[in-house]
Amino acid sequence: MLQGSIHGIIGENGAGKSTLMSILYGFYRPDAGSIEVGGRATEIASPADAIAAGIGMVHQHFMLVEPLTVLENVLLGAEQGPLLRQGLRRARAALSDLEREYGLEVDLDAPVGELPVGLQQRVEILKALYRGAEVLILDEPTGVLTPQEADELFRILAALKRQGRTMILITHKLREIMAVTERVTVMRRGRVVANVATADTSRQQLAELMVGREVLLRVEKRRAKPGAVLLQAEHLDYTDGAGVRRVKDLSLSVRRGEIVGIAGVAGNGQSELLALLSGITRPDSGVLTVNGSRLYARVAADAGADAAAAPEAADARRMRAAGLGHVPEDRQRMGLVTSFAANESSILGYHDDGAYNGPLLMHRRRIIASSQRQMDEFDVRPADPLLRCDGFSGGNQQKIIVARELDRDPDVLLIGQPTRGLDIGAIEFIHRRLIALRDQGKAILLVSVELDEIMSLSDRILVMFDGAVAGEVAGEEATEQTLGALMAGVGAA
Amino acid sequence: MAANDPGSGLPRWAVSALLPLINLLAAFAVSGIVIVVLGESPVQALVSLVRGAFGFREAWGYTLYYATNFIFTALAVSVALHCGLFNIGGEGQGYIGGLGVGLVCLFLDGLPFLLLVPLAVLGGAAFGAVWAWVPGYLQARRGSHVVITTIMFNFIAATVMVYLLVNVLIEPGQMSPQSRAFAEHATLPAMHDLLGRIGIDFPRTPLNLAFPFALVCGVLVWIYIWHTRWGYELRTVGANPEAAVYAGISPARNVVRAMAISGALAAMMGLNEVMGVNHRLLLNFTAGYGFVGIAVSLMGRNHPLGIVLASLLFGALYQGGAELAFEMPKVTRDLVVVIQGLVILFVGALEYLFLPALRPWFRARRQAPAAAGEA
Repeated sequence: MLQGSIHGIIGENGAGKSTLMSILYGFYRPDAGSIEVGGRATEIASPADAIAAGIGMVHQHFMLVEPLTVLENVLLGAEQGPLLRQGLRRARAALSDLEREYGLEVDLDAPVGELPVGLQQRVEILKALYRGAEVLILDEPTGVLTPQEADELFRILAALKRQGRTMILITHKLREIMAVTERVTVMRRGRVVANVATADTSRQQLAELMVGREVLLRVEKRRAKPGAVLLQAEHLDYTDGAGVRRVKDLSLSVRRGEIVGIAGVAGNGQSELLALLSGITRPDSGVLTVNGSRLYARVAADAGADAAAAPEAADARRMRAAGLGHVPEDRQRMGLVTSFAANESSILGYHDDGAYNGPLLMHRRRIIASSQRQMDEFDVRPADPLLRCDGFSGGNQQKIIVARELDRDPDVLLIGQPTRGLDIGAIEFIHRRLIALRDQGKAILLVSVELDEIMSLSDRILVMFDGAVAGEVAGEEATEQTLGALMAGVGAA
Repeated sequence: MAANDPGSGLPRWAVSALLPLINLLAAFAVSGIVIVVLGESPVQALVSLVRGAFGFREAWGYTLYYATNFIFTALAVSVALHCGLFNIGGEGQGYIGGLGVGLVCLFLDGLPFLLLVPLAVLGGAAFGAVWAWVPGYLQARRGSHVVITTIMFNFIAATVMVYLLVNVLIEPGQMSPQSRAFAEHATLPAMHDLLGRIGIDFPRTPLNLAFPFALVCGVLVWIYIWHTRWGYELRTVGANPEAAVYAGISPARNVVRAMAISGALAAMMGLNEVMGVNHRLLLNFTAGYGFVGIAVSLMGRNHPLGIVLASLLFGALYQGGAELAFEMPKVTRDLVVVIQGLVILFVGALEYLFLPALRPWFRARRQAPAAAGEA
């Protein structure tokens, strides 16, 4: 790795990128092998060693203490002495220098929790720089950013590069690798399969190196032939337990034979919208119609009547009965039970089905057989219904969930972050399934923070900002710029 | 996820059998040191403990009688734990459950034996279930933590029983706070009677019909938890409440249901004590069995089969311990409680103490054949 360069590391999920970085940053110890920093062999047994060796890390999920101010966060772990005062003063001076040098402006006295995600990331970078990081590891840094924020990040990285710092960019987005890195290392199954200069390679070649075979980057699809409206939401309004109004007077409809994409920066109400549409949470007001049956209409007066500590969820059942399938955003938190065997997770939500139950006992053999069939159809590996769910890779867990939801042949499919954290092979597979479903005449609502995914799959794109639909763009007309502007909440289309 | 499962990466038998065994040996080792300090031989102590628990048929009777109580209370703990609830109120639920059993035996004893037994079981189960339902409801609908409420309910149960036995149910003309003895046909037949009737000679012990019933309950719990849709819902709520909501399963309803079942099971400890052994209602018949059930359930890894085995161990500790105190004057009754406490400490609280030490050994073992294959 060269000084003063940006080095990309790319690979499928489970290829060992994150493990490698965890070793560099001292979370794990290598079984064998050595690490050299600046020409010296270095033993890195803990993150403290890594910091001492000049390695800084910006995690995918920020390691920040939200109620503390930016300054306090930067100082965390580098307090220098029992009293904060001295350290704070020194840090403030050093940080102003860093800010000026690299254009990393942040309000040092603002509580971190109140900053937008892009700025929180800056704080992470400042934190690493303040500790004298010469090598900066960025793990999937653009996952939570708008395209504009990502551009800003890359501008900062370029400035850091000019100052002779070295950056390691871990990502699965080929576009970013091509745009900002000098060299790129491709990993597959724990091995380095290629180490090339970015200029000498192409997106297609990198993708093939990652997967180990040819891949289609473009999703082939015909024009949509939308039919009758199958899913309709009118004036949904929802305020969460903390009193934040998450969804504001939102209306949308999805027709037979079309994919409607919901774009937006994470945290603008998409998750809450999915929860409302799938019946997991009840709206404070609004009407929801699935497949012609009005499912619930509530008026604002009802709100807050049941302040139950444990949520009631009778409606998720009704939504399923009405012909709605739901692939949740967070598969491990919601989509399956990681400690269950795969066949048990394969009936989650349908465990009451007569096919699985006798008058008293469940038909274990039938459940296992149906799970086996789903696994074979969706090429889950290993195709073992008795294996615990946490024994499957993320992509295969996702296939188990998608298989379960599609097995019921739902008319309406809600699908959240269908390919988050998946490798290219699995993404390709799921995207093709979705297009096929659309062509079968299903109504699909796709929520994703991946703009590429939204743009390549959707026939219509709704952009959510601050709990409301900020604008609608036809799928073929959408560009990153138009969507990005809507996502950032500036100007209507 | 690996973080939730400390035993990941090890074969299942190592976590469910080897580890408890090591913990048990560690507890015995520490107990041995204490006995050495007292100037007695730990080997001799162990011999008398084992002989006292299993050495003669009468010992077996007592061991199994204690085990009966532990099976019930540990099953109660395990059902709640599968729903993600830590029910430490088995003591109170068993106490109140025993009250339910006792009331049936006292006031419905005009009925014949064959009707009275199922009524006593149902009465006890209903009382125990209601006693656990209240904390369950408070947890599910009001967010009051079940650990806090169940332990408070233990105290309430204790005072309610004192009040009832001192003021209401006391046998007229008697000083001690206990009810009159039940009618002959309002008791569970003892094992020595039953076995004697089919020609097997068994010494007089407190072991009674509740023991086979405990085994039946173990099988029923196993079926309920792993082979019914209600058990499926219960485990889903316990393992991942968010996935449960996603699946249209109500966590609140399952929390309440699991607590009620748990309380009903704990109540069967009262059945054993009240209808099977004491044949009257009296104070403090629960004697801590409800609390020991927590350790038994943990040691049995919340599985009925493991619970039966762990109950046998704790029954042996109780019975063998009593014999030990009898044989070795320096090892007092209190020291036996210390030994029991050490076993609980090692198998319950320090469950995974030796896990990190085991892990490299298993890793080496797994890699050895792989390396041999490559070479």
